[in-house]
Amino acid sequence: MTEQIPTDQTKELPPGLQLEKVDDRIMTLNVGPQHPGSGHMRIIVRIDGDYIVDADPDPGYVHRGEEKMAEVRNYLLNIPHLERPVIHDSCNILYPYVLGVEDLVGIEVPERAKYVRVIAAELNRCVYTQYWLAIYGIFLGHSTMFMWPAGDRELMIDLLEKMTGARVTHSYFIPGGVRNDIPANFEDVCLRQVNYFEKRIKEYADIFYDNPILKARTEDTGVLSSQDAIRLGTTGSVLRASGIDYDVRVKEPYDVYEELDVHTNVLKDGDSYARSKIPWLDMLESCNIIRQALEKMPKSGSVRTKLKPNPKGVGNDEVYRRVESGRGAAGMHIISNGKPEPYRVKISPGSFRNLIALPYLLKGEKLGNMPAVYWSLNYWPVEADR
Amino acid sequence: MSSTDSKSDTSKEKPAPPKPAAEKPAPPKPAAEKPAPPKPEETLPAFEKELTDRIVNQFSGDAEVGYVKENRTRINVKKEKILDVAKFIKDQTPFDHAESVSGVDFPEDNEIEVVYHLGSYTDNRYSKQVLALSTRAPREDVPNPGNDSTKLPSLRDVFYSVEFHERECFEMLGVHFEGHPDNRRLLLPEDWADLPPLRKDFKNKGR
Repeated sequence: MTEQIPTDQTKELPPGLQLEKVDDRIMTLNVGPQHPGSGHMRIIVRIDGDYIVDADPDPGYVHRGEEKMAEVRNYLLNIPHLERPVIHDSCNILYPYVLGVEDLVGIEVPERAKYVRVIAAELNRCVYTQYWLAIYGIFLGHSTMFMWPAGDRELMIDLLEKMTGARVTHSYFIPGGVRNDIPANFEDVCLRQVNYFEKRIKEYADIFYDNPILKARTEDTGVLSSQDAIRLGTTGSVLRASGIDYDVRVKEPYDVYEELDVHTNVLKDGDSYARSKIPWLDMLESCNIIRQALEKMPKSGSVRTKLKPNPKGVGNDEVYRRVESGRGAAGMHIISNGKPEPYRVKISPGSFRNLIALPYLLKGEKLGNMPAVYWSLNYWPVEADR
Repeated sequence: MSSTDSKSDTSKEKPAPPKPAAEKPAPPKPAAEKPAPPKPEETLPAFEKELTDRIVNQFSGDAEVGYVKENRTRINVKKEKILDVAKFIKDQTPFDHAESVSGVDFPEDNEIEVVYHLGSYTDNRYSKQVLALSTRAPREDVPNPGNDSTKLPSLRDVFYSVEFHERECFEMLGVHFEGHPDNRRLLLPEDWADLPPLRKDFKNKGR
């Protein structure tokens, strides 16, 4: 296998280095972790000519040990750091934790708080999806699609800032409700901005989703059949783009999703185009959910059931709760042993579950299609690494 | 936290819900535990109970019911039987994928527990259900991941979706999954030379 490659002999390599021919056909490429197109992760790609024959994702560059940190902090102190894996979707990644702790401690949440949570979660989904869409656009060479979502995202961030006081890391949900009530005229401002936001994102169809160049690049690339989507255990937009109708908000409603009319967006093709379209359709659906929630929300009342200062879990108990985050089902397995700190918190986010589809999808694709496939997975490296 | 908030709560509703809610968890829970043995038989959700009974009866002696709650069930299995039970679940029930694999260290029992949370996409009646399938591996005080007795059969051939979850469990707790084709590190750096970090005897630096 090893043989010298004929090369320019006028300059000698430093000792220890050797230009080695690894294989006749296969070349290994490191994509990332510094490459902006890979996010905070490395993909070791082996190519035969222009075609990918093997892809080995190597996450972990942003692993921060959230699960270990959660074992030494009490149930309330865990809130700010557990949302760090996805600061753009901080309400949704924290949601299963808060629901789980409520189950463990056994507290009721006021009705108004449930609606406020749903509104915050849906706004957050839009914030995240817009960020992802901006990146997806720029890596397909569509600069306008970077600028528009990045700008329109501000509308939702402003609303969340009014609600929570923070632009990205909200720490808004707490066991028993939310941290503070929404400001007095919030409903009107929210309705106005959501309506405008909806009008704006509908325009994305003209410039992006109906764009023949985008379609040419993403249609029929990285096709995932519905059987494989189930076998690989994918979730969220990846799963629904392959024709499986599964949304935790509908299948296992939490808080007040049961009382709202939530439509699940499903596409059948399973290619990169379908996977990139589902989050956009979800944003439109989020606008519907927010409008319904604003209408049905009790106009006054408490938003927080008071929690004891240092809540303890009830004896030896465990709970597994899941919600639909911007990237699919996010599950949390919380084990309590009656101490103020949880014994174990296991986070199973959508990104980590969808990562398994990456080597499968890249195999046999052209190298040039890698960004289209990789970013269509709606993958957030920081969340997968935790 | 902000006192204004709790005060605005107080003025409206505090006398009724929050106070009992704050006190409630303490007294009723022990009370609920004492008459527990007769009660659960009646209140156990029927659908979930039937599901766990079906699996446990098939493997009587090797599998036991961990808990039966609404939409959540748990089955504890001896490690020798975990592969058989997983195959039975895959073939005979609608559970088709693993959502999460948690490794939990129990130094007092000298064991490490691995919990597979299984879900179903294909059957609508089961879409709410999460079945926790748990097993335990022996734990060694001085771990040598991959070369000590902390070993379990891999479920990758049954539930393909556990592939990366099991790799994570291997590096975080040192549980070697036999039959897994790719027992490499996933998240930790290549030069990690300390204990597997999610073991309880690994202490966070500076705490």
